[in-house]
Amino acid sequence: MTGVSAVWISANWPSLLAAAGHARDQAKSASRKKVEFFTLEEAVEVEAISERILPSDDTPGAREAGVIYFIDRALVTFAKGQQQVVRDGLSSLQALTKSTFPKYASFSQASAAEQDQILHRLEKQSSDGAGGFAIGPTGQSFFGTIHWLTVAGFLVDPDTRGNPSGVGWKLIGREREHSFQAPFGYYDKDYSGWQPAPAPKNGGGR
Amino acid sequence: MRIPRIATPKYKPSDEVDFVIVGSGAAGGILAKELSANGFRVVVLEQGPYLTEADFTHDEVKVLQEDLLTNHPELQPNTYRETPDQTAKRQRAVFYGRLVGGTSVHFTANFWRFHEIDFVERSKIGPVPSANLADWPITYADLEPYYTKVEWDIGMSGLADSSPFDPPRSKPYPMPPLPVKGCGVVFERGARKLGWHPFPAPLAILSQPRPGRSACVNCGFCLGFGCEVGAKSTSLSAAIPAAEKTGRCEVRPNSYVHKIELDAKGRAIGALYFDEKKARHLQRAKTVIVSANGAETPRLLLLSASKRHPDGLANSSGYVGKHLMLNGNGVSTAVFEHPLNDYKGFAPSRVVHDFYELDPQKVGFYGGGGLDARFDMTPIGFATGFLPPGSPRWGKEYKALLAHNFTRTMEVFSHGTSLPVENNSMSLDPDVKDAWGLPALRMTYRDHPDDLKLISYLDARAGELLDAAGAVKHWSFPAAVQNQAFHLLGTCRMGNDPKTSVINADHRTHDVKNLFLCDGSSLVTSGRGQPTMTIMALAFRAADRITALAKSGQI
Repeated sequence: MTGVSAVWISANWPSLLAAAGHARDQAKSASRKKVEFFTLEEAVEVEAISERILPSDDTPGAREAGVIYFIDRALVTFAKGQQQVVRDGLSSLQALTKSTFPKYASFSQASAAEQDQILHRLEKQSSDGAGGFAIGPTGQSFFGTIHWLTVAGFLVDPDTRGNPSGVGWKLIGREREHSFQAPFGYYDKDYSGWQPAPAPKNGGGR
Repeated sequence: MRIPRIATPKYKPSDEVDFVIVGSGAAGGILAKELSANGFRVVVLEQGPYLTEADFTHDEVKVLQEDLLTNHPELQPNTYRETPDQTAKRQRAVFYGRLVGGTSVHFTANFWRFHEIDFVERSKIGPVPSANLADWPITYADLEPYYTKVEWDIGMSGLADSSPFDPPRSKPYPMPPLPVKGCGVVFERGARKLGWHPFPAPLAILSQPRPGRSACVNCGFCLGFGCEVGAKSTSLSAAIPAAEKTGRCEVRPNSYVHKIELDAKGRAIGALYFDEKKARHLQRAKTVIVSANGAETPRLLLLSASKRHPDGLANSSGYVGKHLMLNGNGVSTAVFEHPLNDYKGFAPSRVVHDFYELDPQKVGFYGGGGLDARFDMTPIGFATGFLPPGSPRWGKEYKALLAHNFTRTMEVFSHGTSLPVENNSMSLDPDVKDAWGLPALRMTYRDHPDDLKLISYLDARAGELLDAAGAVKHWSFPAAVQNQAFHLLGTCRMGNDPKTSVINADHRTHDVKNLFLCDGSSLVTSGRGQPTMTIMALAFRAADRITALAKSGQI
């Protein structure tokens, strides 16, 4: 990381933090400004990746869900086995950025479209690939790890360890409550009750 | 530290209690409850912690990534190989509940009775090549009263006689089915169009409150999670409290049994275990019952090898750990036009059993199964595995798909038989050790070709159903060899002949008079995919048998 980009980061960091502060629990979010695993520079890069995975558009994305804090905490707790993968991956990401767009000193400086281009290349290089079924971060590539953690930080129960503003659940249409009464959706609202069907002719053998 | 709900007795390891039960899950909890109610002094040794409803959470990371409720792959590693000629590689192969209540705490609660055919299939269809299919020493009629006992005692909801394929029953369910979900409505619609017979899923989930337990609140965090309101009828919510209430049963958590100890005459004298601090103790008992599940029960017998039992305790047949059956399963996922909101509520809503007994002459393979309508994906699991194949994995379109599909997605789950194959087994890994220095579980498993044909067949029926139901889109993946185990069945099978079984119809090991085994390992056939109700019914029956034997001095 060059001196120039470090200045850029320190200049931009407060706005990144502010973006995460839409939260219902603003105080809680503010108290978590400290990152444990990442340097601030690294956090900016990782947040830039997660922002491309779940971009902020007409609805909030990874940034508004404060996903970077979730990822940082994950890497010193349940995903600590992925620390080396992430450190190595960040180096590869910057090398890839410089070889693709020599004018940028770091991934986060590239435009959104350029970042997507870099990430597509990074994803192609990773063994777990597109559409891979992942049940957790363990054993995944750098991109796979950040991807899983981004999605998890966006969609984890907002009353627990992440997504304090609940924007992830709001996006997918998952109400915040944990207790519901029927009817639940479109198809069951006019259900007329279970009725027996005509008896089978063959007693079940087919 | 947990505050006990009830003051329970504390026995010393040196106290010779009537029964020590290894494991507190679906079988161990029921046995503890019944035997203590019958006047016996019981110690239950559970390797996991004693959690309560207050410890349960909807934090997907804590539950599914940090193994709040399950065996931890770092502490207790597993290895897997497909066939015995291969060297097993370390991977996560076996999943079970590791806490008081065992796997019943996080199960789906989909409770299907086995049918008559499941007990006598070998006689009915004859031998199946490459499988060691056998009849049970008991029949459906022997177990029927105990199925009814499960329904009434632990609490089940359902609608009796709603499936024309159901076996006879002596009583209706104690409470009505849970409200239908969107997935159930469209499933029912599709199945009816095809002339099939959908019925409300029978569930070990309360639709009406019981003392100390709430009816289901439809929170949606069901499969894989512990129930915070006690609506799921688990060993923890429905059996252990009754056992403790007798004042004769102590449930001792964090007690990891690694050996059954025998005396010079070859009788079991108790169970050797590590406590929380890895100190070793011998809990003495007149009789030992192992209900540690279909992976850990055979492992414990193999770990208990001695001069007298060089191939493992109670293993004169050589059957301990063999004939592992996992149940075949397939998932067909579908997207509908309008919101189902299936994240609200328990997992399965409607079932068909039209394919429970397939005719091998007609379909060209052995087996049978059922389909159910469900949505068992919590948000993170959904977003990382349940979008249509070929969907973008990240970016604006990915985000839009998540927003559109989450409320509109459901699954049809195919459940089916696994044939007992001798090579499929749980054994001790020769190289890998757990955190206590004990040999790790090694799983060897390759589904019988008929098992895979069956799942392909059922998945094709699921596809027909989803088309008939009006799904916008649906997909499934080809049936493949299973290298991860959830249902752990058949590894210490029951039978009359000591040469071809490990326990008799009373669950007594053929080789050691005062050693009994009762759990998924006892099953002779796999059933059609929902084993827990049968495990509980067997435990109720075993408790009656063992009580009679103990009271007449026959142990």
